[in-house]
Amino acid sequence: MHELSITQSMLNLVLEEAEKAKANKVGKINLVIGGMTGVVGECVRFYFDLLSKGTPADGAALAIKAVSTQAKCRDCGKLFEVREFDWTCPRCSGNNIEVVAGKELFVESIEVE
Amino acid sequence: MEIKVVKDILDANERMAQRNRKLFDGNNLFAVDLMSSPGAGKTSLILQTLKNLEGKIKMGVIEGDVSSSLDAEAIGKEGIPVVQINTGGGCHLDANMLSTALDSVPLGELQLLFIENVGNLICPAEFSLGEHRRVLISSIPEGDDKPFKYPLMFHTVDAVLINKIDLLPYLKFDIDAFSRAVRGMNQKVEIFPISCTTGEGIEQWVSWLLSQMKRPG
Repeated sequence: MHELSITQSMLNLVLEEAEKAKANKVGKINLVIGGMTGVVGECVRFYFDLLSKGTPADGAALAIKAVSTQAKCRDCGKLFEVREFDWTCPRCSGNNIEVVAGKELFVESIEVE
Repeated sequence: MEIKVVKDILDANERMAQRNRKLFDGNNLFAVDLMSSPGAGKTSLILQTLKNLEGKIKMGVIEGDVSSSLDAEAIGKEGIPVVQINTGGGCHLDANMLSTALDSVPLGELQLLFIENVGNLICPAEFSLGEHRRVLISSIPEGDDKPFKYPLMFHTVDAVLINKIDLLPYLKFDIDAFSRAVRGMNQKVEIFPISCTTGEGIEQWVSWLLSQMKRPG
């Protein structure tokens, strides 16, 4: 559900950048979404189509780069991908885990005309 | 033409949160964002804290709910300033909603402001409000696996209260395993087992809260 306000924020940011560049149309938006954010890409697409209607971003392609949640065990140093909410180190079975990637939620670049 | 942006999507929220924070700091007011799933005991904790700090600290409350003003009415009975925000379906408070509500709060007369977020373990984790501390309530009936299911929330909080410990004899909840999981994810976190029904653990929570108010940071 938070995708609605997140998509609106994303659209505002994109339109602001497009205006700064004096562009008339946004052709493509490159987004990065980390696995820990719980933001569902398909929901973002759905809301984007609704919210962008009549704006310079109407019809823009959304390219979403999904970043998986990566963690590091503080006890044994093992780097691993967190799958299925399993926050246990696959090497030493410890729970002392540091998140290395997965919190990303940003607009990387846009293509404008 | 490609434009490099590399800007956080929640940048606008973050800027508004910083404005709220300045407003709090300008009024020497300590703000706590209180989050939990529905029914974990946010309103009960506010009432217990109020009881404990009566006559010592001037407290106000902002109530965030999808609809109704039931919680605000319960707290209003205690004679402290309370403002209700109805999100009208929205699943979390954001910095802008809070900013609007702050217009109705007598900020200069208060020392402590509780912001009761919408009951939800997912969305509120993303949106900073400008608070000084983020506090999460987990409760015994919810089960001890929640840190693994809602990792972002557990990562972003300063304290976790385990509420309803008076139900421990009846329900399966491993406090040690839960605390290990939370501390594994979040090294700075403080954990307080409490019961808003019996009052157990409230002293410890309140004394931590008072210590944090002395150094809002």
